[in-house]
Amino acid sequence: MRRQQIEWLEAAELRKGLPELAIGAQVKVNYRIREGEKERVQAFAGVLIRRHDGQSHLTSTFTVRKVTQGFGVERIFPTHSPLIESVEVLRRGKVRRAKLYYLRQLRGKKARLRELVNA
Amino acid sequence: MLNGMVGRKLGMTQIFTATGERIPVTVVEVGPVTVVQVKTAANDGYDAVQVGFDPITHENRVNKPTRGHFKGVAPTKVLREFRADAGEAVQPGQTFDLSMFAVGEKVDVIGISKGKGFQGVIKRHHFAGGPAAHGSRFHRRPGSIGNRTFPGRVFKNKRMPGHQGARRVTIQNLVISRLVPERNLILIRGAIPSHTGAVVEIRKARKVAAAKA
Repeated sequence: MRRQQIEWLEAAELRKGLPELAIGAQVKVNYRIREGEKERVQAFAGVLIRRHDGQSHLTSTFTVRKVTQGFGVERIFPTHSPLIESVEVLRRGKVRRAKLYYLRQLRGKKARLRELVNA
Repeated sequence: MLNGMVGRKLGMTQIFTATGERIPVTVVEVGPVTVVQVKTAANDGYDAVQVGFDPITHENRVNKPTRGHFKGVAPTKVLREFRADAGEAVQPGQTFDLSMFAVGEKVDVIGISKGKGFQGVIKRHHFAGGPAAHGSRFHRRPGSIGNRTFPGRVFKNKRMPGHQGARRVTIQNLVISRLVPERNLILIRGAIPSHTGAVVEIRKARKVAAAKA
């Protein structure tokens, strides 16, 4: 009963229409940012390396990693944030673990993931 | 008017604002409460309103003395008192719900904190402890607790190991983030004392009230 009340509250806040965020996928997150008075959409593309708390939970987040000019950049997005305009899954990766932290240790060609064919 | 409510802590979650901020909130199911007894200075030595929360559904589970106390009112599992000004027009049987609160208002929340059991001095009083290794044999102990013949005793309130938690705690000036009247839910920003499912008291922030007066 207690949990149900909270789930009822959360259900109203959940976002619908997000694609399934599978670990290892190449994703593009279109995120709304404010610059002074203006608002614009900024894209952040990279590999999905971590999900926290399950996509159906309001408190869930996911982490996207990309390498820019030789520097690894990771960004954590709240899955159900109203600031996320949309998430595009560009390509699904073939991975064997739930958290791809090992990619942090790898550079260049080794840091690639094989594509998952037939889903 | 009653200046507080009784509720049950349901747990925590988060809500988003329009600007995308995440707000951590505690969900509390509050009221409705029924006035059971009005205490007066003349009769009881102080002015207060006693309210009941969480009705007992099986009347046969209420013994006769208890039923006598609830005369004319449905018996409840929980009784709590709130101080009230003398001569206020509150009658037994009157009910209150969360409509007494407004979004953005500050409240004090009172609950029984989670019990931690018998704890050492590091967790209980944030002592530093000693080195873990390098030949050290002094790890989590409190160290010296006093001097020698003078004063020849340990001072009162010396911080030592002992039972931690499971005591009445008041957190002041928490902000109400949202009200859901149709389900009697109140969302309070931040954490509140007590475990999930425990009874808590929510009252209008005392310091805010004092500042107004």
